[in-house]
Amino acid sequence: MNEPHSHPDHLWRNPETKRSYDVVIVGAGGHGLATAYYLATNHGITNVAVLERAWLAGGNMARNTTVIRSNYLWDESAAIYEHSLKLWEGLSQELDYDLLFSQRGVLGLAHSLGNMREGRRQVNANRLNGIDAEWLSAEEVKAFCPIVNISPDVRYPVIGGTLQRRGGIAKHDYVAWAFARKADAMGVDLIQNCEVTGFDLVGDRVVGVQTNQGRIAANKVALCAAGHSTILASMVGLDLPIQSYPLQALVSELLEPVLNCVVMSNAVHVYVSQAHKGELVMGAGMDAYNSYAQRGSPHVIEYQLAAALELFPIFARAHVLRTWAGIVDASPDASPILGLTPIENLFVNCGWGTGGFKATPAAGWVYAHTIAHGRPHELNAPFSLERFSTGALIDEHGAAAVAH
Amino acid sequence: MLIPCPWCGDRDDIEFSYGGASEVAYPKDPEAADDATWARFLFFRPNPKGRMPERWLHTAGCRRWFSLVRDTVTHEITPSTRGDGGT
Repeated sequence: MNEPHSHPDHLWRNPETKRSYDVVIVGAGGHGLATAYYLATNHGITNVAVLERAWLAGGNMARNTTVIRSNYLWDESAAIYEHSLKLWEGLSQELDYDLLFSQRGVLGLAHSLGNMREGRRQVNANRLNGIDAEWLSAEEVKAFCPIVNISPDVRYPVIGGTLQRRGGIAKHDYVAWAFARKADAMGVDLIQNCEVTGFDLVGDRVVGVQTNQGRIAANKVALCAAGHSTILASMVGLDLPIQSYPLQALVSELLEPVLNCVVMSNAVHVYVSQAHKGELVMGAGMDAYNSYAQRGSPHVIEYQLAAALELFPIFARAHVLRTWAGIVDASPDASPILGLTPIENLFVNCGWGTGGFKATPAAGWVYAHTIAHGRPHELNAPFSLERFSTGALIDEHGAAAVAH
Repeated sequence: MLIPCPWCGDRDDIEFSYGGASEVAYPKDPEAADDATWARFLFFRPNPKGRMPERWLHTAGCRRWFSLVRDTVTHEITPSTRGDGGT
């Protein structure tokens, strides 16, 4: 394994685009790259291209707050996110790349009786699913994360919280680069600056894509484009129940180590961790309106920082260095859509909304399985597009960190 | 983002609530609508990259609903309508 911060000399080739592939993946974000990697390693499919309209991993993979956890409420979600967390636990070794995966614990604070009941219910549900989860009193929260203000004299006092000790953070860029490097080494073509502009169909079967680099034939096409999923799908007349919203985040300047875990609070709406380099990384709320602009409204940041300061008075003198937004693909039930489409050989992975990063390895794992076998893996079978007609929704608005 | 309320003029977007896409029609014959039709009505909405007709509510102002067209890339807004024939 590489020493921390020692980067490989070579990451990937810039290959010539071939005229045809077994599988074309649209979108070289974390999920697309992980999918290519698992297609190669788990299924022996290496005649694969990952097409990226801009540069590799420059969308939401470069914009998220890197929180990793698996403490979701429902069985279906718990199963796929826990599979992901288990993959994370071996991923640095498997990919031979130090991903700075740090299981420093994820606290979820409660500020009301409703929060507390919801949190305890989540802890119990997690335990029944074999996922580590603990309920902490306010004093135990303070002991675990000493800089949290648990004074009762604030607008929303901390009255307890959930803790997943196995949760944590990783270095998002390294994750993308590590998957990309391994996939490339096994023969996958990573093609940047290649924008898909249409799809070639024969009847109800997809046979290729049209791009700004010409036509590329494909036996199977896998969409992996997050906030731009509906744009792509509309090119083949496929409607997806996805709305694209800006989700903002921000970082402070580099600080000495001050925050030892990830702290989330759905009620006052803050989630914050301290990156290895030293900056505080905070996620803000989603703007309410549809947008592709990769920027949001300042009042969302203002509200977010007010919440952060009440919880962490020690941050009062820190400066905001940079804010940005990613375009998240929100689904009606705050759960992903991952599986088949009405168009033969066209697959879809979207709807991860505000929580796609933590799912990167598992999404790639089950998506690769779905593409290779033409049917879903048992972990993603519940996350079908049909559930919006059958009514078998997987409502994770409570476990998603960001209000939808 | 400044949003032109047809009654109150340009106001900051913090004063408004978003109503999503406009012109979403209720199923014409609800008794006869099948699951796919209900799914479309409940869960599927336009998500254009570009001009989007949508509804807004001036929550912290006159508390009235109105429609406008906003570009989802540039956030440029074209004239709003009061919904009562005025503009």
